[in-house]
Amino acid sequence: MNRKKLQKLTDSLNKNCKHFSKFEVKCLINLFYNLVGEVMERQGVVIGLDRNAFRNILHMTFGMTDDMIMDRVFRGFDKDNDGCISVTEWVYGLSVFLRGTLEEKMKYCFEVFDLNGDSFISKEEMFHMLKNSLLKQPSEEDPDEGIKDLVEITLKKMDHDHDGKLSFADYEQAVREETLLLEAFGPCLPDPKSQKEFEAQVFKDPNEFSEV
Amino acid sequence: MGVALTRSAQWTAAGHGAKTLEVTPLNEAIVKEIMMFVESFIYKYPQEANYVFVEPLEWKTNLDPSAFGSGYAVSETTVKSEEVDKNGEPLLYLSVPQIKIRSFGQLSRMLYIAKSMKLKEAQACIEANRNPVAKILGLDYNIINGKNGNSFVSSVLDKMNKDDDPESEIKMKIALQLKQLDLHLLNHSLKHISLEIRLNSGTVKNDIELLKQFSGKGEQTVLESIEYTSDYEFSNGCRAPPWRQIQGEICYVLVKPHDAEILCVTCSKEGVFLNGGKTDDEGQINYERKGEIYKDLVTLLKEKSAIFSENMSKQEVKFSEQLQKDQPNKAPKEEVAVTHKTSITSRKSAQENRINLGRSQLTKRLEPSLNWRTSVSSKESRNTLRDTQVEKHGGKLEKSRSSLSSGRAQLIRKSVEKIEEIISDSSSESEEDEEQPDHRQEANADLPSEYWQIQKLVKYLKGGNQTATVIALCSMKDFNLAQETCQLAIRDVGGLEVLINLLETDEVKCKIGSLKILKEISHNPQIRRNIVDLGGLPVMVNILDSPHKSLKCLAAETIANVAKFKRARRVVRRHGGITKLVALLDCGKHSAEPAQSSLYETRDVEVARCGALALWSCSKSYANKESIRKAGGIPLLARLLKTSHEDMLIPVVGTLQECASEENYRAAIKAERIIENLVKNLNSENEQLQEHCAMAIYQCAEDEDTRDLVRLHGGLKPLASLLTNTDNKERLAAVTGAVWKCSISKENVTKFREYKAIETLVGLLTDQPEEVLVNVVGALGECCQEHENRIIIRKCGGIQPLVNLLVGINQALLVNVTKAVGACAVEPESMMIIDRLDGVRLLWSLLKNPHPDVKASAAWALCPCIQNAKINGTDSNAAETSYCQLQPRAAPVGRE
Repeated sequence: MNRKKLQKLTDSLNKNCKHFSKFEVKCLINLFYNLVGEVMERQGVVIGLDRNAFRNILHMTFGMTDDMIMDRVFRGFDKDNDGCISVTEWVYGLSVFLRGTLEEKMKYCFEVFDLNGDSFISKEEMFHMLKNSLLKQPSEEDPDEGIKDLVEITLKKMDHDHDGKLSFADYEQAVREETLLLEAFGPCLPDPKSQKEFEAQVFKDPNEFSEV
Repeated sequence: MGVALTRSAQWTAAGHGAKTLEVTPLNEAIVKEIMMFVESFIYKYPQEANYVFVEPLEWKTNLDPSAFGSGYAVSETTVKSEEVDKNGEPLLYLSVPQIKIRSFGQLSRMLYIAKSMKLKEAQACIEANRNPVAKILGLDYNIINGKNGNSFVSSVLDKMNKDDDPESEIKMKIALQLKQLDLHLLNHSLKHISLEIRLNSGTVKNDIELLKQFSGKGEQTVLESIEYTSDYEFSNGCRAPPWRQIQGEICYVLVKPHDAEILCVTCSKEGVFLNGGKTDDEGQINYERKGEIYKDLVTLLKEKSAIFSENMSKQEVKFSEQLQKDQPNKAPKEEVAVTHKTSITSRKSAQENRINLGRSQLTKRLEPSLNWRTSVSSKESRNTLRDTQVEKHGGKLEKSRSSLSSGRAQLIRKSVEKIEEIISDSSSESEEDEEQPDHRQEANADLPSEYWQIQKLVKYLKGGNQTATVIALCSMKDFNLAQETCQLAIRDVGGLEVLINLLETDEVKCKIGSLKILKEISHNPQIRRNIVDLGGLPVMVNILDSPHKSLKCLAAETIANVAKFKRARRVVRRHGGITKLVALLDCGKHSAEPAQSSLYETRDVEVARCGALALWSCSKSYANKESIRKAGGIPLLARLLKTSHEDMLIPVVGTLQECASEENYRAAIKAERIIENLVKNLNSENEQLQEHCAMAIYQCAEDEDTRDLVRLHGGLKPLASLLTNTDNKERLAAVTGAVWKCSISKENVTKFREYKAIETLVGLLTDQPEEVLVNVVGALGECCQEHENRIIIRKCGGIQPLVNLLVGINQALLVNVTKAVGACAVEPESMMIIDRLDGVRLLWSLLKNPHPDVKASAAWALCPCIQNAKINGTDSNAAETSYCQLQPRAAPVGRE
């Protein structure tokens, strides 16, 4: 990609993305192309990170382990649903992922947790997401009993309109009362430590960076 | 209800003044039953409800006169019922805060009016009227002393026969009703009592034998020694003499912990307690109970000896294994929850195996043995007695500290300052919470539903990943954590261990959630101790270094709650907590950092506030005050004092006030120009802030320059105006204290006179608590040094209340009163009044006061009396001769 095009891309992304400085956007774009590899741009072929590559990043860089959640995070990034993350999606996604405001993050997390995209988190979805959260006790007759109970506890805490499922309004209210519930059904945001490491690595001193 | 009240209600050990009912489920049940009885009385027995009590039931109420409606004549501070007795006296008379009620009808109505406070009112009534039956029906009907129901009935019948006016018939009916209530209450309490498992000789013996195995010299043992006082064991396993066995006592042991003097302990069926120790003659034991009753020996020793408690927790596993071996067939142990041990729980899992000593056996009835042989071991016990005496000398230091009462502490602070340095604690220690017995909830008692829910949540905490843990923590936070049931439930199901373990993980969210819960439940004194025992404090101190501000805040706030007792404060210091907390105060420093607004973050100011809060708690120990100073805390506190957030100012001023007891601090406070800000904050709206500012000024104004500074910054006027507001007694005490110390400077006294403070002070001489009186009288004593003020005091009628105070017993107060009276006596006219009020005789009698300061002060006060009396020749009566006799005696004492 030539310098001019890169400059243009940086400018346009920077305009729409208030959480990153121009320099940071540039760093992210560079990182993106490093990750994608030196595939020359050809007509008709979308350049981007596919599901596996992206999941690999989530796992290696941000220490995520839950396959399902990682899939959902990929969906969250992949706005146009074409199965790969373009450079624009990459920068926008990371802007929420790393620097988002509480509102942005709530919206993002809710989308992640709403597995089937019907704008509700149902009991089944919760069960699905929490099913690995407790160590199974061999002594118990029904190994899922704990999970079911946990789902009930969560509903009791978050389902304010008592319709047996979580709407975004329910979720938002619960999170505003207790921020800890933002990632109620699994970690889908970077933990502060890996976030710091990632940022430190990517947004290195400009001089240093140019040498790489 | 008489018998139930005296026998089964659990009264607190004799405390100050009136006894109060302990807060126990049993007492609550009793009070509730009585309340229901009284409430329904008016409907069930309308005729009897009009019966007028022999004596009114009288107590201090919290009810507001405005709560009373129709049927009552209400004024601002009094309420009279329109219902009157034969003589026209109202049946209910409330004069804030005393209430007098003389019929069941009015009692019922009062409870109705009290609404949500009725339980409190009922309790206050029962506490104030220990023998309600006698008050209601007259002493004839006092059924407490009635040995059994039959004699009561017969005495009732006797009376019925003797006189048969309608009044006595009603009385009789009421008496029978009360008797029935009494029986009902007794039955009710029996249910409670039957749940308490008592100790027996077997369990006690096992405990002692086991403890013996872990005793001896050396670091690792739990005790230095533990011995029976008597070698002879009766056939029933008891060692107490038969006449004590009847009281349920099993044996007596002498225990020597590593860090305390020899404890002489009585083991009885009811529990274990300290007795009066061995008396000097013939090695007899003073059987009287000297302390609280603990459920078993280990609990008692844990409370009395820190080293025991520490080593015990190390030995715990070993100890309980041993116990299991020893009692293979002994009763059911608490079921050890088989939890899978995640990395989080494994560290503490050993603790779960702990079982309570002395609990596991079922009770066997004790029977006094009559096979008594004398002279078993009198020789030996004499030997141990000698040992005891030697040990006692070692323990003297400890004793002298504990005998300091807060009032006296002020007075003799200087003389004990050296001792304080050694024991590293300041006088304010005395206000800290008492060591409380550790009562765990009975496994088979009716447990509230919260208990089971919390147990379940703790299970998820243990066995869940981060997500499940956060959900469980959030859900746990929704319980009413201010309620003791929930606090103890968390502890009893092993939740504390898990919560503390979570603090050691890397998960920020789990740490935040855990601290949020710990912060709430650490308001409970027992939980505080448990947290310290489980090693929670060092972990929290480490968290203070965390880059997450909200974590720092929560950790500091929790430390603030936990560090309310000495041992905790020591732990905080030893782990470098003070330095870290002081660092939190420095909130401006990090503002240069990139403003990355992470989700879980709070503001710098908040961090500083929490740091100040924790320092406030910690600053109650002398060594911590030093550490705060050395860590450079004073300039930081001074800087924070310039802010205008009340939330921030209260802990900051609180810390300063606590520390101002040290000379070093007072100098630093002067140097940092803190007085100016203290004065400024006196004008704040917040009563607590005003109180602490006044208290700090009180402490600092020992110094002359400081007194001048207070005046120069215009602090005297707000002080004088705060004197007129007498509702908040704590604040009033602090303000009067500040006025006292400030009035040591003459210029300040002149100002106070300008602000009419002297008149106000005279008005405060009556109806105030002692803490206030000491200061008020102290201030007046200083003011009296000037002629003009003496006249003001006389004209306001201040001499009479002053002389009245001469009969008090509070030594600090007496020192000040004698000084004030003495100063007044310089004025011949005042002297006449003092003489007329018999003040001279009162002063003279104070020469016999055991306290040397009082003696000296009284002697000084007598000097002007004698001179004035002679010059005026006011009396020709015997008093004068006594002055003459007195003079040679007073002078030497005065020089003391």
